[in-house]
Amino acid sequence: MSRVVLDVSGLGVALPHGSDRAHAVRDISFSVNAGEIVCLLGESGSGKSIIAQTVMGLLPAHVRATEGQALLLGEDVLKYTPEQLRAVRGVRMSMIFQEPMTALNPVMACGEQVDEMLTQHTALPAEERRRKILDIFAQVKLPEPERIYASYPHQLSGGQRQRIMIAMALMLEPALLIADEPTTALDVTTQAEILRLIRQLQREHNTGVLFITHDMGVVAEIADRVVVLQLGKLVEQGTKLEVLQSPREAYTRMLLDAVPSLEPPELAHQPEAPAVAPVLLVRDLQKTYVSRNWFGRKREVDAAIGVNLTVERGETVGIVGESGSGKSTVARCIVRLIEPTAGHIEVLGQHMHGRSIASLKPLRKKVQIVFQDPYRSLNPRQTVGAAIIEGPMNFGASRTAAWQRAEALMELVRLAPSALNRYPSEFSGGQRQRICIARTLAMDPELLICDEAVSALDVSVAAQILELLAEIQQRLHLALLFITHDLRVAAQICDRVIVMEKGRIVEQGRTRDVFTHPQQPYTRALLAAAPGREFAFGHKHAALAPA
Amino acid sequence: MLQFLIRRLLAVIPVLFVVAVVVFLILRLTPGDPAAVIAGNSATLEDIANIRKSLGLDEPLLIQFGIWFKAILTGDLGHSFYYRLPVTELIGQRLEPTFMLALFTIVLAVMVSVPLGVLAAWRHGGWLDRGLMGFSVLGFSIPVFVLGYILIWIVSLKLNLLPVQGYKRIGEGFWPFVSHLILPAVTLAVIYIALIARVTRAAVSEALTEDYIRTARSKGLPEVRVLIKHALANAAVPIVTVIGIGIALLIGGVVVTETVYAIPGLGQLTVDAVLARDFPVVQGVILFFSVAYVLINLLVDLSYIVLDPRIRY
Repeated sequence: MSRVVLDVSGLGVALPHGSDRAHAVRDISFSVNAGEIVCLLGESGSGKSIIAQTVMGLLPAHVRATEGQALLLGEDVLKYTPEQLRAVRGVRMSMIFQEPMTALNPVMACGEQVDEMLTQHTALPAEERRRKILDIFAQVKLPEPERIYASYPHQLSGGQRQRIMIAMALMLEPALLIADEPTTALDVTTQAEILRLIRQLQREHNTGVLFITHDMGVVAEIADRVVVLQLGKLVEQGTKLEVLQSPREAYTRMLLDAVPSLEPPELAHQPEAPAVAPVLLVRDLQKTYVSRNWFGRKREVDAAIGVNLTVERGETVGIVGESGSGKSTVARCIVRLIEPTAGHIEVLGQHMHGRSIASLKPLRKKVQIVFQDPYRSLNPRQTVGAAIIEGPMNFGASRTAAWQRAEALMELVRLAPSALNRYPSEFSGGQRQRICIARTLAMDPELLICDEAVSALDVSVAAQILELLAEIQQRLHLALLFITHDLRVAAQICDRVIVMEKGRIVEQGRTRDVFTHPQQPYTRALLAAAPGREFAFGHKHAALAPA
Repeated sequence: MLQFLIRRLLAVIPVLFVVAVVVFLILRLTPGDPAAVIAGNSATLEDIANIRKSLGLDEPLLIQFGIWFKAILTGDLGHSFYYRLPVTELIGQRLEPTFMLALFTIVLAVMVSVPLGVLAAWRHGGWLDRGLMGFSVLGFSIPVFVLGYILIWIVSLKLNLLPVQGYKRIGEGFWPFVSHLILPAVTLAVIYIALIARVTRAAVSEALTEDYIRTARSKGLPEVRVLIKHALANAAVPIVTVIGIGIALLIGGVVVTETVYAIPGLGQLTVDAVLARDFPVVQGVILFFSVAYVLINLLVDLSYIVLDPRIRY
């Protein structure tokens, strides 16, 4: 029997007065053994990060643990003085974070940041410290450790930065590693590499890992045991197979069902024969960003090259790709939020390119876009109603007519029409995204572009929004261009998919064909990197795709 | 990098040209005749005309400007009407006290304000924070000369601790040199302490909310190191910027302070020259300050490279 590294029992963390609930988490008990990965799984607001911060002693000043204990190697860290805590951080327990882009100090060389760990907790001479750091850089598979040592964070990629964080965290071989969504901000192929790395190092060093995530796929990849949390309460815990295959609680089942399956549904939706011009036709679209440095030297970046695509009425076309693939650039060029460098864009047979902003106006109405972050795409000082009627009124609708339409649209997106008089801050993320959809629909678009429209949402909420989009598309017979990095979402909602890499289309075809018989190595790599492939998630949601 | 330096140094030329034109015109277009001042009360109109001629003031404006500007290009700032000495020599004589005062002031201001700002940011909303904010409002609002006379009255006249006025060169002994500079430097530093402390507090507060601070704490680093190596290091760019602005603004403050404490520096030289309508001296001093200002800005810009590795020119 391996030893218990972390034993949390009856943990409760109180929130300050005036919060939406009295306790961030309450009555939480679980343990992490040496050499074991325990996943804390939950949606936003479940309190999973609060638990990690409590154990590390990194809670914000006004939040504190009020009950229970958290034994790290048998000692209660909740009773530690700040000095004691400082002495064990990095030595017995360490932590890696979600955002590798911001988790490292931008003005300090990476080697130096790792070195701080050693100077603080050991008495090793400089020579020895440097050797150890280069050694661990090699272990986390950073290329050219010497160069990385002297590099600043901004000179490295997201994946490399996360490797630095892992190197730093494991430097002193802590008994417990807390990983707070360490791969959420990374591309899927990088995520697969980092997960493999954590797995491997954790086995080599026999580290106990507390892994916090909202992603079922990641759980399936990495967990030994799973603890499911909901709104600060522990729902259930068990081994990975128990929780993923035979969950006891309804909430866990719901979470599992909400994960879209990677397998596209059998009965692919048949778009009607293109009797009329396609809703969207893009030929040889190119977008090149030119920047000049101080000496007038030109630097060109091709964000999109030679992009061809069409979207028919009633059809959903997905563009999938990793960050930097150019998928959002294409979307923004189509709606002319940015100017394409070259190419031909037609909406309903009318040219979009080469037109003045003024003459674009009637076409703009026909093309609407839903953005990724519903927290930032609504004006916080404008009521929901005002946001929705603004567009139609710009096109000459009377206020009363626009308002009546807004009320009907609120019902369509399953919100109460009375909510029109409230402000965005009064709504949850999912509700806000529904409002954004209603806002675009108010313009009676022919083409709806969704740019990562469900990426910022919890899985259960995302499932609802996808369902809503599919239903609306059916009812209104819209053409839908769906941009996403999430292959599972694409598999479920798209009739056709386009795979982009570094500004170019590498593969396109019927979703089912692309997912079951990918032709290009890049597509195969993307599919192979999707976490949790061996678990068939989301069976129930086969019905989600337009049938 | 080298190209950046050359480009910035070349940019000094148009700046100085504009400054030269503006200074020249302001002096000529404001009322007051240097010849009359030099000639004194008992002079005849003829005397004054002779003096005007000898100073070259009878030429048309454009010619006067041309002569003066040509001389500048060769490094000659002209001769003082009043002292009958080359302006460059006058500036040289008066530079030391002003430079020393500015140096004392800025060092004092930085040494006091940066730690205060960091502590206030660290204990955001605490008594130190609120105290500092209160002090900075006071520091901003109290005029230099009021503060100067209050300090003289208390420290020099009542407590008899420091000399009232004057300046001693460092060659005349270290303590006399320092003791004469303490009060002027404190007087002048107050406003900069207020300014720099406020900016430091804001910049460090912001840095303290960043993810890398959490990372630093999770490494088990002591709070002092977190504050200095992680928070302050990241807050350095705005702080250095405001220190640079402070040094530039100091030029104005020096004029009043030197008058209050009777320090024979560039500030006093300027005041005397303006009162005496000593055009070449005023023009020379302003040009000199402009060059200093541009160079300080260049130094600040260059310091960014050291402070933030993401900045490259």
